[in-house]
Amino acid sequence: MKTTRTIALAALLCAAAPAAAQVQLNGAGATFPNIIYSNWMLAYNQAHPEVKLNYQSIGSGGGIRQFSDGTVDFGATDAPMSDSAIAAIQGNVLHIPTVMGAVVVAYNVPGVSQPVKFTPDVLADIFLGKITNWNDPRLASSNAGVTLPTQDIIVVHRSDGSGTSFVFTDYLSKVSTDWQQKVGKGTSVNWPVGLGGRGNEGVSATVSQTPGAIGYVELAYALINKITFGALRNSSGNWITPNLPSVTAAAAGAMKDMGPNTDFRVSITNSPGAQAYPIASFTWLLVHKTYSDTAKARALVQFIRWAEGDGQTKAPELGYAPLPKELHPWIQARLKSVTAGGRPVWKTAE
Amino acid sequence: MSSASPLPRSPTLLGADRSDRIYRSLLTAIAFALPGLIVIILGVLFIEALPALKRFGPSFLWTSTWDPVAEVYGAAPMIFGTFASSLLALLIAVPLALSVAIFLTEFSPRWLRQPVAFLVELLAAIPSVVYGTWGIFVLIPFLRAHVVPPLKAVFGWTPFLQGVFYGNSLLAGGIILAIMIVPYIAAVSREVLLAVPTSQREAALAMGATRWEAVRSAVLPYGRAGLIGAVILGLGRALGETMAVTMLIGNRHDIALSLLQPAYTMAAAIANEFSEATTGMYQSALMEVGLILFVLTVAVNAVARILIWRVARGAAVGSKAL
Repeated sequence: MKTTRTIALAALLCAAAPAAAQVQLNGAGATFPNIIYSNWMLAYNQAHPEVKLNYQSIGSGGGIRQFSDGTVDFGATDAPMSDSAIAAIQGNVLHIPTVMGAVVVAYNVPGVSQPVKFTPDVLADIFLGKITNWNDPRLASSNAGVTLPTQDIIVVHRSDGSGTSFVFTDYLSKVSTDWQQKVGKGTSVNWPVGLGGRGNEGVSATVSQTPGAIGYVELAYALINKITFGALRNSSGNWITPNLPSVTAAAAGAMKDMGPNTDFRVSITNSPGAQAYPIASFTWLLVHKTYSDTAKARALVQFIRWAEGDGQTKAPELGYAPLPKELHPWIQARLKSVTAGGRPVWKTAE
Repeated sequence: MSSASPLPRSPTLLGADRSDRIYRSLLTAIAFALPGLIVIILGVLFIEALPALKRFGPSFLWTSTWDPVAEVYGAAPMIFGTFASSLLALLIAVPLALSVAIFLTEFSPRWLRQPVAFLVELLAAIPSVVYGTWGIFVLIPFLRAHVVPPLKAVFGWTPFLQGVFYGNSLLAGGIILAIMIVPYIAAVSREVLLAVPTSQREAALAMGATRWEAVRSAVLPYGRAGLIGAVILGLGRALGETMAVTMLIGNRHDIALSLLQPAYTMAAAIANEFSEATTGMYQSALMEVGLILFVLTVAVNAVARILIWRVARGAAVGSKAL
């Protein structure tokens, strides 16, 4: 009923303003939010037929490149732009978080049915190649009651550059100084050990086919494909199983560190929230601070405003964690700063 | 074209002459456009690779670190992996493909030739990604259960079978490549063997040779250059194959002699990493990898064409192989 009313209202608005020109907005970027972005754009277009949205999921790096080159109206990324990349476009960018994702630790340990628990240092040492067998005493101590077999650990990581790898290595860099010094964080890094699988599907296929394997995949992908994943100990010392509420809790827990004037280019891994899953992340839309085309800027801001409001309710069913409600005023403040032709588009948008 | 021309021509012929010239220049332009494209690709690769060429110099070829975080790049593991996987593929594919070709041209009953040739060539029609998926779910479990344990039991002491079998490995990548290049080598070899004059066989048989001796002493030596060409064409394909290899080889920037260890190839690295290569130097390093791969495959294919061409010159039928 609500939708019929919206459509009726939209139809009325269209009738009232028959001169309303078609606006075509093109975007490109991260593959992770592709499902929800496509879903949003379809729904938004049904309610606002004058706005056509087109999104190409070419990867975060490609999204940043095309956004910076000005070939698309907005970009999307899982890893925030670096300071130098922002300087290269004279700072003309806003990072607007849209939904949240998480990275889960998937494994294939024959004969183990309970979820395996990982402490941050154990996880880092497995991926550093220091812990090489599932029967390692440090794994056993956090998994009381579970008999882990004598089996070589085979690390599987992403071979393609990926925001998932960025979030995962960002977390490991925070919890392990060894990792930070030897490897660091990035969409591609110099992995100390292991095999590379292409995409979430490549990693999960290799993990499922290789006894003793451990890897990392996106939460949404793992949920849809019913992949076994482990629990992690967060910075408050609680064992957290990744799920949508514990991911949302990660952003809520990190808000104190952000502050209301944040540019949202913040990492929320290892969040201080008591119930926060530690390997969580925003995914961002990249929007210019100033546009030359008023109609485009206005339509884009309106769309994002809708996505941050009604759009959020679609997130859980699609496997994405919605943003915490407390964050919305801060996002609105950023959207209000978008201008076209020197004038803010927010007010004229109504 | 005045009528005062010393050689009077009919108007229709004149018109034909003009359209012929247009037609000829058009065709010439198109014909030169394609080689021109290769030059342009080479030029773009070189220009894009220039920052990496300047920064790392020739050491790019023999250093092994590939660290996008620290922006240090060396392509040795990929160059090694490309050659190792391709050579392994040749080692497996050449005997298979030659057997098929010899069987089809020398021993097969006539009615069986077309169906077998067709089925072998059908292997070339299977998409690369299907090979990769088949490799993950069928080939690797099979290798793990039935091939690697006996291999390790017999040859475990050699440096080529050290370490734990991860599944995704040089071995898996090499085998899938072998299956993929068999149809190419078999098809070209068959054409080459068909081009060997019947008189060669008849002469050998008349001397009292058995069928096998005739093949070995008369047919194979006659077509040698063409057969080597067929093998090198297969090598060229193996060097550039991307999707199936990247799904099976393990994508690890490391040089290991063991077939059981993961490796990397140049084509796989470009396919994997290019879309997220955000910094200039990262992109440039991948472009340099592309440049190396391009030069290598062009050189390999050129050698193959020259060898086959030498056979084809002897017997015009052989040129059908191309």
